[in-house]
Amino acid sequence: METMKLQKKTTASAMLDPKIVMPAIRAAFAKLDPRLMVKNPVMFVVEVVAALTTVIFLRHLVTGGESLAFTFQIILWLWFTVLFANFAEAVAEGRGKAQAESLKKTRTESQAKLLEGPGKNYRLVPGTSLKVGDIVLVEAGDNIPSDGEVIEGVASVNEAAITGESAPVIRESGGDRSAVTGGTQVLSDWIRVRITAAQGSTFIDRMIKLVEGAERQKTPNEIALNILLAGLTIIFVFATVTIPSYAAYAGGSISVVVLVALFVTLIPTTIGALLSAIGIAGMDRLVRFNVLAMSGRAVEAAGDVDTLLLDKTGTITLGNRQATAFRPLRGVTEQELADAAQLASLADETPEGRSIVVLAKEKYGIRGRDMKELNASFIPFAAQTRMSGIDAGSSSVRKGAVDAILNYVDGGGATRAVASGNAARAVSGVLSEAAREIQAISDEVSKAGGTPLAVAKDGKLLGIVHLKDIVKGGIRERFAELRRMGIRTVMITGDNPMTAAAIAAEAGVDDFLAQATPEDKLKLIRDEQARGKLVAMCGDGTNDAPALAQADVGVAMNTGTQAAREAGNMVDLDSNPTKLIEVVEIGKQLLMTRGALTTFSIANDVAKYFAIIPAMFLAFYPQLEVLNVMHLASPQSAILSAIIFNALIIIALIPLALKGVAYRAVGAGALLRRNLLIYGLGGIIVPFIGIKAIDLAVVALHLA
Amino acid sequence: MTPIGWFQIVLYCAIIVALVKPLGWYMTKVFNGERTFLSPVLRPVESALYWIGGVDEKREQHWLTYTVAMLLFHVGGFLIIYGLMRLQALLPFNPAGQSAVAQDLSFNTAISFITNTNWQNYGGESTLSYLTQMVGLTHQNFLSAATGIALAVALIRGFSRSSMRTIGNFWIDVTRCTLYVLLPICIVYALFLVWQGMPQTLGAYVEATTLEGGKQTIAVGPVASQVAIKMLGTNGGGFFNANASHPFENPTALSNFVQMISIFALGAALTNVFGRMVGNQRQGWAILGVMGVLFLAGVAVTYWAEANGTSTLNALQLTGGNMEGKEVRFGIVASSLFAVITTAASCGAVNAMHDSFTALGGMIPLLNIQLGEIIVGGVGAGMYGMLLFVVLAIFVAGLMVGRTPEFVGKKIEAREVKMAMLAILILPLMILGWTAVAVVFPPAVASMANAGPHGFTEVLYAFTSATGNNGSAFGGLTGNTFFYNLTLASSMFVGRFFMIVPAMAMAGSLAAKKSIPPSAGTLPTTGGLFVGLVVGVILIIGGLTFFPALALGPIVEHLAMNANTLF
Repeated sequence: METMKLQKKTTASAMLDPKIVMPAIRAAFAKLDPRLMVKNPVMFVVEVVAALTTVIFLRHLVTGGESLAFTFQIILWLWFTVLFANFAEAVAEGRGKAQAESLKKTRTESQAKLLEGPGKNYRLVPGTSLKVGDIVLVEAGDNIPSDGEVIEGVASVNEAAITGESAPVIRESGGDRSAVTGGTQVLSDWIRVRITAAQGSTFIDRMIKLVEGAERQKTPNEIALNILLAGLTIIFVFATVTIPSYAAYAGGSISVVVLVALFVTLIPTTIGALLSAIGIAGMDRLVRFNVLAMSGRAVEAAGDVDTLLLDKTGTITLGNRQATAFRPLRGVTEQELADAAQLASLADETPEGRSIVVLAKEKYGIRGRDMKELNASFIPFAAQTRMSGIDAGSSSVRKGAVDAILNYVDGGGATRAVASGNAARAVSGVLSEAAREIQAISDEVSKAGGTPLAVAKDGKLLGIVHLKDIVKGGIRERFAELRRMGIRTVMITGDNPMTAAAIAAEAGVDDFLAQATPEDKLKLIRDEQARGKLVAMCGDGTNDAPALAQADVGVAMNTGTQAAREAGNMVDLDSNPTKLIEVVEIGKQLLMTRGALTTFSIANDVAKYFAIIPAMFLAFYPQLEVLNVMHLASPQSAILSAIIFNALIIIALIPLALKGVAYRAVGAGALLRRNLLIYGLGGIIVPFIGIKAIDLAVVALHLA
Repeated sequence: MTPIGWFQIVLYCAIIVALVKPLGWYMTKVFNGERTFLSPVLRPVESALYWIGGVDEKREQHWLTYTVAMLLFHVGGFLIIYGLMRLQALLPFNPAGQSAVAQDLSFNTAISFITNTNWQNYGGESTLSYLTQMVGLTHQNFLSAATGIALAVALIRGFSRSSMRTIGNFWIDVTRCTLYVLLPICIVYALFLVWQGMPQTLGAYVEATTLEGGKQTIAVGPVASQVAIKMLGTNGGGFFNANASHPFENPTALSNFVQMISIFALGAALTNVFGRMVGNQRQGWAILGVMGVLFLAGVAVTYWAEANGTSTLNALQLTGGNMEGKEVRFGIVASSLFAVITTAASCGAVNAMHDSFTALGGMIPLLNIQLGEIIVGGVGAGMYGMLLFVVLAIFVAGLMVGRTPEFVGKKIEAREVKMAMLAILILPLMILGWTAVAVVFPPAVASMANAGPHGFTEVLYAFTSATGNNGSAFGGLTGNTFFYNLTLASSMFVGRFFMIVPAMAMAGSLAAKKSIPPSAGTLPTTGGLFVGLVVGVILIIGGLTFFPALALGPIVEHLAMNANTLF
């Protein structure tokens, strides 16, 4: 589902979009500025040698020299090599830039209603003048001036500006939906907001910077790769600068431009040119997938994740439990229990409550009743009583957690025993027979992965409603896939261990953490990390913040609290916890693409040696013609073909760099075998074919 | 090529493979500080040595301390050899009355022996006194070998440890290696060599009257004791100028075979030590697999080239291969095999003249050293050199599985890549750089015995051998000149220590990292895929760098030779 969306979004080629390509061509020239080029050591070296040979060429032009046309063509292709690299980077940035433009439009100058004191007295100030800690009033139709936390009121907010989702969301004070984002619009009602971000550092500002790539820093792995590429470049400096001396010994000489051509084709220009484009495209893939990574480091870490902590509710199971069975006590009929349960749920608008009404109707044909006719009043669920129900005349019906109902029925006697969990069995003697029976049924339900909901009418226990967690379709297959990738999944739930075990088995996760408190979560993450593992999790509540901060990849839900969004290193704008799995895949894809193109680039050298070495030494060692295995037409055409291939392969690989290497959820061994075959062996063979083809074209066009 | 020739090659490989496990098991115990069957005898000696040296057995060292200790140790070794050579005329055990060795040659030889190179610019029996041979060379043969092994073990500890600041204690590693591994084997080995007919005496050179009535001086001396460690410690510096082709330094076919085995034995066993220390012996076998593939390919090419001879020889009805420069008692197989072994490991002992090999037959020994002598390699040095390449290979291709590359549970990150690159850069810098100078610098050019590509190969080989700390000479080149004594010494020094320091820095950074348990997402580093990958990276990164130079040397010579043009 999500994957489909991702695929569709990425295959649209940016290479064909004139809105991206035209500015990218301009940017390719602007990026020739050595101060910018120096950040990319390999391409900087190419630029330097291109400039040097240009100077030599100009001098020869004035003083007169041999084979000027050939030299000119080599120099032209050297510059193309640099420009193609810049173009690749510019195209990758182009897609982000377009998105940044539309974000900037939402950041219109707005007036803010700065509150003075506790009342509704406000004074209009420019939004830009707000400071952290200011309290503003936002009413229907107003734009929220800056990021903040709702401290009073409830409002529906249109967050399409950042999520692209036009359906309004509810923002209210307290709880886990209190964060509001600057630039979004309040549609109805009003809220008081405490400003939490100063201008320039709001969520939208950060988002713009991220998608523009303005603050892009090299990630650890990119740094390591750059060191490797710089090292290889130095090795090839040694390999080429020593050649004139060897040639002199053999009684020949080699022109600078030929040496430069050999050098530039040998150094890893392909990966050097595409490295930053790959990084930008990786971030971009996440952004178009509606996930904002606060740093490239987080995206890389996602590829390395060993353990995924997934909240049960909403990720593994559908958010809501559904009633699947009525389990009456002895002496009570199912009909009776269903009737009472339905009565207690009539006014209950929670999905669980509605599912009880539906089940009662489907199984026993109990029809809906009008509350007013019954003269009934609804007792809503409260955290203290942990029950809900109705009072109708002298009769009262309650449903709720088993211990809460026992407490209600018993007046408190049985609760102490039950509340202490396992100890309940030891002291079951003190429980009434009904309480013992209800406990037995409740255990059975728990073992089957359900949640027991006890029902009592007029102080008498009737039985249990079996609420079942519905495991999301296809999730089992996803976990199997993750296991093949070597990733362990851990389900986090507040349920008791029995229920958790049953759901864990049904969903196919590797492990679970039951009755999890935020501290347990944090401890689990630390334990995993102590064993050298990288952990990813997602969360939304304020109490998730420490765990989000501790995890190597912490994805905060956009609907979550400000604290959670600050603590995580990614924000999911769609607030869909299942996405964690795709985030991991995108991270892996980024690393794979780098590895594949590095391997390809290095493997290319074999063919280039066979093209240039015989051509270079032919004048004084004609025997070396044997090494010209491609049968290239002449020394000049061979060198020219190699350098043209070297430049064109950059352009040819831009789509792959942007799209990323296809990821498959198979074991590392199979993945390596496949990619080594394609990019390693392919990297050795392709240039032989490419250089030969270009040589034929060069000869046909009389270029050399 | 004959079936009996191939049988000898296969038998050799089988014996090496069979030795890997027992030796690896024993060495692992030694370096883990555990009790061995020799402990009752050696433990008191060991304790006494620590007491004298003031070494605290409990205290381990940070990588920097470890490296500094190693460097200081070598300064001492250098001074001893240099001093002995300069003063040998005044010292005892000099029956042949050798005079003081020249300054530049003493410098070159001292560097040569502390770096485990043992480049022979000196002519053993004609230059050195017995005291210099025993106290200077034999002694350093032990210690430079022990140092190499200690360093390899330190790097292995980097991989096997988790979140630790230390990588062992240099003094303890060197002491235990010498006492428990090198000395016991060498005592038995030297006795074997004496049985085979090798001299072991402090007596003076023997005067003999030949059949024609002429006088001949036959050089003898404490040969067996030095040859044992020269081979086992992959030192290669001969007692005699002719090295292992001299009848007293390699008397029989059996002594030749055993010497070949002793070159590879410890180096190959270190792969098993690696496997045991990181907790999976298959990791060690995989590395030995990489070495084995490259080794067999090299043997096949050299054997084929030597057995087929040249078109010029064949035109003169001289079939049966190229016997020039080879000892008749060893023949083509044993000479080809020895040449590949001695250059694959950084031994450098020779039983035939590499200069006289066919162009391609001689190119393989050259390429073996240029790859960094990682095919089993010098004792210890081969192991840490190979691990550097493995780190690079894993980094390049490991990304393709979509994770930060890991090797035996350690993440390969910027610091490791940087250190591996620094270490590997040294080879082309010294080899290609000095060759470029030497082939155009007139005083250096004067040292060449041959013109054209063959002369070029002689120079290339000299710097390759020195940088790789191999020590074998291609021959032909007159190395004992001021220019070569200094430039070769600098190659040996840089080639040894500029590789060690980054390797130790890597050991330190690896030891400090957490160890990550393997999962299905971890790159498998035990199978054939891994072997193929590492071989590929070694050939492309390590080998292609030297392709232009090889094209101008052995390759063009080979092509010319087929057209009957000789140099």
